[in-house]
Amino acid sequence: MAKPFISLKNVRKVYRTKEVEFEALSDVTMEVGNGELVCLVGPSGCGKSTLLRVLAGLHPHDGGEVVIGNSEVPFNPRKDIGMVFQQPLLLKWRRVVENVLLPAEILGLPRKEARERAMYLLNMVGLSGFEDQYPYQLSGGMQQRAAIARALIHDPKLILMDEPFGALDALTREKMNLELLDIWQKSQKTILFVTHGIQEAVFLGTHVAVMSPSPARLADYFAIDLPHPRGLDIKTHENFGAYTRRIYKLLGM
Amino acid sequence: MDNFPFALQEHSSLSNAGFDNMTASTWRKIGIITLVHLGFVAFWWVGVIVTDVPAYILPTPWQALQTLQVENFNWWLHFNTTAQEVFGGYILAVIVGVAFAVLFSWFRTANLILMPLLVTLNMIPKVAMAPLFIVWLRFGIETNIVITFTICFFPILLNTDRGMKEVEPDLLDLVRSLHGSRWQIFAKIQLPGALPYIFSGMKVATVLAVAGAIVGEFIQSDRGLGWFMLVTQEALNTDAMVMALLLVTLIGVLLYGAVLLLERIFVVQDARVE
Ligand SMILES: Nc1ncnc2c1ncn2[C@@H]1O[C@H](COP(=O)(O)OP(=O)(O)OP(=O)(O)O)[C@@H](O)[C@H]1O
Ligand SMILES: [Mg+2]
Repeated sequence: MAKPFISLKNVRKVYRTKEVEFEALSDVTMEVGNGELVCLVGPSGCGKSTLLRVLAGLHPHDGGEVVIGNSEVPFNPRKDIGMVFQQPLLLKWRRVVENVLLPAEILGLPRKEARERAMYLLNMVGLSGFEDQYPYQLSGGMQQRAAIARALIHDPKLILMDEPFGALDALTREKMNLELLDIWQKSQKTILFVTHGIQEAVFLGTHVAVMSPSPARLADYFAIDLPHPRGLDIKTHENFGAYTRRIYKLLGM
Repeated sequence: MDNFPFALQEHSSLSNAGFDNMTASTWRKIGIITLVHLGFVAFWWVGVIVTDVPAYILPTPWQALQTLQVENFNWWLHFNTTAQEVFGGYILAVIVGVAFAVLFSWFRTANLILMPLLVTLNMIPKVAMAPLFIVWLRFGIETNIVITFTICFFPILLNTDRGMKEVEPDLLDLVRSLHGSRWQIFAKIQLPGALPYIFSGMKVATVLAVAGAIVGEFIQSDRGLGWFMLVTQEALNTDAMVMALLLVTLIGVLLYGAVLLLERIFVVQDARVE
């Protein structure tokens, strides 16, 4: 790998409450190239969300080194992060387009251009025509699409997604997977995608990172050598099964 | 601070949200409400006639209405006085209650120190404070405004406080990952998010507001519908008493209606706390 976009070295994170200290990340080392889509899998509580929070600059880490960006692709921690969570977390009192514009407002981006971009993104995630609806008028999948558009509005270089499709039904989830690949290919962003779906991880990822609990570190990190652009037929590719088995094994199943 | 006009405008952009759905079902609702009220009046009227209760026990609605013609009852003065006390104390409570809750969300130590005290103070039966207020401030409209304020303040403060705390932590993270300021979090997320709670506190307070003003007038005063009821009671003018009661209720209904209207304008349907 030439110049990594994200470089983590022996990253450690300890949560401190009054009585106890809890080591949520023990020793995480990994490198992510620019434009890669890395899927993060691991048992519940192994520190996946914590890792995303450290990358987002929300939690200071207690040891090791976190470097994001390189000379070719500089990274501005103030405005180069887009986040998507399991819940869409749209503001109920704002119309869809106004929700998408939230990060642009926070960053003080020019309103007219931001609005145009919001319309473009809503179209890209298949929500054109719904700009002026309120969130409650949208289905769960549509709300999550709006949340993805919101994460892209300020054109961040790094997108952190924490089980973004975890609350969706299986069919919608498959659709969203295909759309995410499409969005990723169009936007060429670096994406970190946390999921509990092993098939999903192999299907989406250029790489998969498998985390192990206590000590919380990477159990494995490998490239998914399947061709892009991917369609659902890739799941019958012989290597697909090999990758999923590899992950299941790492997770002790 | 430059975001504030934006936050306000954000609300005005919603102003249609409530009225968009003035559909057939809304009109049907209004129709049902009207019918139920007319039905109640008819029930009262027929009941009085059928049971043949004397007017000094319970007058018919018509008999009560007719007292409005008696000029030296000074209806307008009393109605106006009570309305001023109700609306004055209420509006004051909304302003101060919301302001306190906002300060509490900004200064966590203030919250930590003052909140337990306020919760205890809330336990004081506010009605029992009224005689003290009259000792301290002498009777009058202003005193009754203070009494009304005291009663309305707590539900508004406590509801708003709860609303300000009811923010999705992940949403805060999203804003923080963009290094959004506290002011932005407040203006774009906390305050609009708390709005439904503010309104739910305001709705509870409407009933209390009317009670507060009347209690103040009962204890000591020289005007207002509460005072008027005491005076007409002595003369056993039950029809005038009932009319005064109806007018007090009218003040409460007007206040409640105004709050509902504001809620319709400012709070998107889905976010309303029923
Ligand atoms: N703010 C916090 N304070 C203390 N402990 C925390 C905090 N956040 C998380 N933890 C603990 O750190 C550990 C890792 O949490 P994290 O949310 O990163 O797990 P996760 O891998 O995302 O799990 P899941 O798959 O269930 O979402 C958990 O044991 C959790 O209890
Ligand atoms: Mg998690």
